[in-house]
Amino acid sequence: MSPLKHIIYNCKQATLLIEKRQFKKLSFREFVELRIHLAGCSVCTLYNKQSQVIHKMVQQLFHDSMQATGVHLDTGFKQELQIRIEEELNK
Amino acid sequence: MATENQYLNPRQWVEAHADYLYGYTLSRLNDEEQAKDLVQETFLAALEKVDKFEGKSSERTWLTAILKNKIIDVYRKKSSGLRQADVKVAEEDQQDFFEEDNGHWTKAYAPQPFGIEDHDPLVGKEFNSILQKCMQKLPALWMAVFTMKHMDDATTDIICSELKVTQANFWVIIHRAKLNLRACLQKNWI
Repeated sequence: MSPLKHIIYNCKQATLLIEKRQFKKLSFREFVELRIHLAGCSVCTLYNKQSQVIHKMVQQLFHDSMQATGVHLDTGFKQELQIRIEEELNK
Repeated sequence: MATENQYLNPRQWVEAHADYLYGYTLSRLNDEEQAKDLVQETFLAALEKVDKFEGKSSERTWLTAILKNKIIDVYRKKSSGLRQADVKVAEEDQQDFFEEDNGHWTKAYAPQPFGIEDHDPLVGKEFNSILQKCMQKLPALWMAVFTMKHMDDATTDIICSELKVTQANFWVIIHRAKLNLRACLQKNWI
């Protein structure tokens, strides 16, 4: 099998390119190979869609977890922490 | 240089930054006890290098940078060792995803629609908790690479050198982590 044919029919390789593309510009060759693969493969087209949604969800998740709402340290732990810091400062 | 240090106010750290740093850590490690430890370690480490603070960034940014290195240390420890058992198991599981000879999806593992295809923000909390659980199930090294790349937009070079992964292997890990995550979501979100 020629290398081109290899990728066109290879979902494992195509899904790798789908992941790579979310972070990095593909080479022209990779880009073309992926386009051809996706044109003929409905399963990878679905994967592509899902993968991008998951990518967004993951970023949203990390983003949300940084908002002030929600997590708080308990007061007892904070007090201990404050005391530790004071101790260090007074050394 | 004394004037520069007036930006740091260690007596206010707990009040001003503890919750933020705690949340930052939890989203990256999801282990409350460990997160508490790291927040404490960060403050203590910061106290020791107060004199190195150059006032170029805000107090919070400076503390976060110290914390970030500590989190990476945890990742590194968790994922150290040449061949971790968890990676091996996950790799073996994935062998079933694609046909060995031609790389086609196998029937059993081919993606199916499971209702996220049209990005719906209303999916919300419930979906997120499943997403988090699925991420927890990733092998430590994959989780570390995946988290660093998605969360902090760390450059590939930095991640590779911090976690001692080659460039080629980096993309393989990103790929494998996502394959696992997607499969886990499909299984648990219907």
